Amino acid sequence: MELVEAIILSVLAASTPLLIAATGELVTERSGVLNLGVEGMMIVGAACGFGGAWLTGSILIGALFGIVAGTLMSLVFALMALGLAVNQVATGLALTILGIGLSGLIGAGFVGERITPAAHLHIPGLTDVPLIGRVLFGEDAFVYFSIALIIGVWWFLYRTRAGLILRACGDNHISAHALGYPVLRIRTLAVMFGGACAGLAGAYLPLAYTPFFIPGMTAGRGWIALALVVFASWRPGRLVVGAYLFGAVTILQLHAQGWGVGIPSQFMSALPYLATVIVLVLLSRARTGGSTAPAALGTVFVPDR
Amino acid sequence: MQLVLEKRAERSNTIALVSPLIAIGLTIVTMTILFAIIGKNPLLALHAYFIAPLTDGYSLQEIAVKATPLVMIAIGLSLCYLANAWNIGAEGQFLIGAVAGSWIAVKTQGTDAGVWVLPAMLVLAAAAGALYALIPAICKVKFGASEILTSLMLVYVADLLLDYLVRGPWRDPNGFNFPTTAEFDPVATVPLLIEGGRLHLGSIIALLVVASAAILLGRTIKGFEIRVVGAAPRAARFGGFNANQLIILTFAVSGALAGLAGIIEVAGPVGHLQPGISPGYGFTAIIVAFLGRLNPIGILIAGLFLALTFIGGEQAQIAMKIPLDVTKVFQGILLFYVLACDSLILYRFKLVFPNRQVARGAG
Repeated sequence: MELVEAIILSVLAASTPLLIAATGELVTERSGVLNLGVEGMMIVGAACGFGGAWLTGSILIGALFGIVAGTLMSLVFALMALGLAVNQVATGLALTILGIGLSGLIGAGFVGERITPAAHLHIPGLTDVPLIGRVLFGEDAFVYFSIALIIGVWWFLYRTRAGLILRACGDNHISAHALGYPVLRIRTLAVMFGGACAGLAGAYLPLAYTPFFIPGMTAGRGWIALALVVFASWRPGRLVVGAYLFGAVTILQLHAQGWGVGIPSQFMSALPYLATVIVLVLLSRARTGGSTAPAALGTVFVPDR
Repeated sequence: MQLVLEKRAERSNTIALVSPLIAIGLTIVTMTILFAIIGKNPLLALHAYFIAPLTDGYSLQEIAVKATPLVMIAIGLSLCYLANAWNIGAEGQFLIGAVAGSWIAVKTQGTDAGVWVLPAMLVLAAAAGALYALIPAICKVKFGASEILTSLMLVYVADLLLDYLVRGPWRDPNGFNFPTTAEFDPVATVPLLIEGGRLHLGSIIALLVVASAAILLGRTIKGFEIRVVGAAPRAARFGGFNANQLIILTFAVSGALAGLAGIIEVAGPVGHLQPGISPGYGFTAIIVAFLGRLNPIGILIAGLFLALTFIGGEQAQIAMKIPLDVTKVFQGILLFYVLACDSLILYRFKLVFPNRQVARGAG
């Protein structure tokens, strides 16, 4: 029982950054913008988040640093892809390359430093309930926040007028523009939301997952988050399932390494990446009837006037 | 008053020509500010980056050595990007090529195998790189899976495979437990062009690749098809060009070139297989491809320039303790400026005064 509880806890911890980053990207893509720079925004968020927490001793301030850093990175993307109508794929790649360099530069000062990781909730009585107590009532604040976030995004997209307009921009920017909606402004806000989420997801890694910063610590999580959005067919509900499934694969391979299954550790470490490829193939194959992607995803829009 | 983009009636050829230069200029201005922020003398730093490597023979050779894989990979990528196929996993194809070619080198080590070893390594590396690139291409064509994500995921897989091999079955028994194979035999090594120098045969191969690509794109129907499919997919369909076939072809070619670059790097300047054989060549080559305007000659020049930043970055680190990450920041910023300047080929800026307009569009 102890082990099951430990595994569930670690799955939640491994899934949370994926869920937060993918939630942000889902909103961005629903507005019709494909930002491939998630990995870059995450890693800068990780460096700035750790820096903030290390300087001030506050996890909250660290998280805010991560959010601000991710948002600033996404603004660079918005300026290029929306302001200058540059190809979104190329801009996203540039953002990732820049982010990896910047994070190394920012993080160089505190490699090897440690902080006290984010505190876990403790409600006497409830948290001590065997098996489910710690899973439900003993997580860190990020885990609860990520769940609130995805519920909030679902509510926003499907239950508010603003969400409907955002989706309209993603499906047909020409019609949205003709109706008088400021397509580029809406998309900029969606990109910024995506950046804030990616920054927070990155900050989660050194603030709660491991209490230190190492260069390149996101290790492709930003790309997996992008794949998750495809996996989820751009729907928040499926995103939760996908994020926890991927978290489970990650943890499974870690435990398998620990149990000394006779497979080289490198092969186990490759599992999450291979799983991503396989899942993308299976899902894309299942969807050959009609695409569920936002119709205007990744296309350039320059308003005519 | 508002600044907006307006589509040009036709693409501006003047800007197409000068835009990479403007981009480099803007990058240097930005880097000057960045150097000042991190407390280094900007003039000295710029000198270390861009001038010092050009002043001695050893560094000049080293630039050619570094440019070799960049140019070879970028030529392949440019074919993909022209055909609107997004291979961003060249780093993985590079590593797989290195691994596949090294297999022959490791297996023939210490035997009296003849001069066929190196050619066999090159062929196998190119084949392995092409096959590895075909995975995302086939997933894209057959199942519609995003080639961007699948090709990138395979980079991590290739990296882990290389790591496993040099820590496990291929580790040099006399290597003091370092994760590396033994030094390759002379027959498994890319020959040097100058005795005692750094320049090797790979640079000649890279030049041949540039020439072949220039002929392919400028003088053949296949090259024309690649460009039409990317620039005008509808027109290409009416013309009877098969876009899927071109995705497969361009991925295979770019994978083969990346794989070839991988084994040339390992059997050339490095001399053995070990983790970290690439300082991100596969990703930097994306910048090279765009900076070179997806044009073979442009890519050759861009490759030499990016190689200069690698060497300059190393010298700046040694001479002025400037962190190596500055080079990556530099490359990222450069790509941003290149893309931004490219936008001005198709669009121009226009000042709009909203109060004088009857109908005001979206901002």
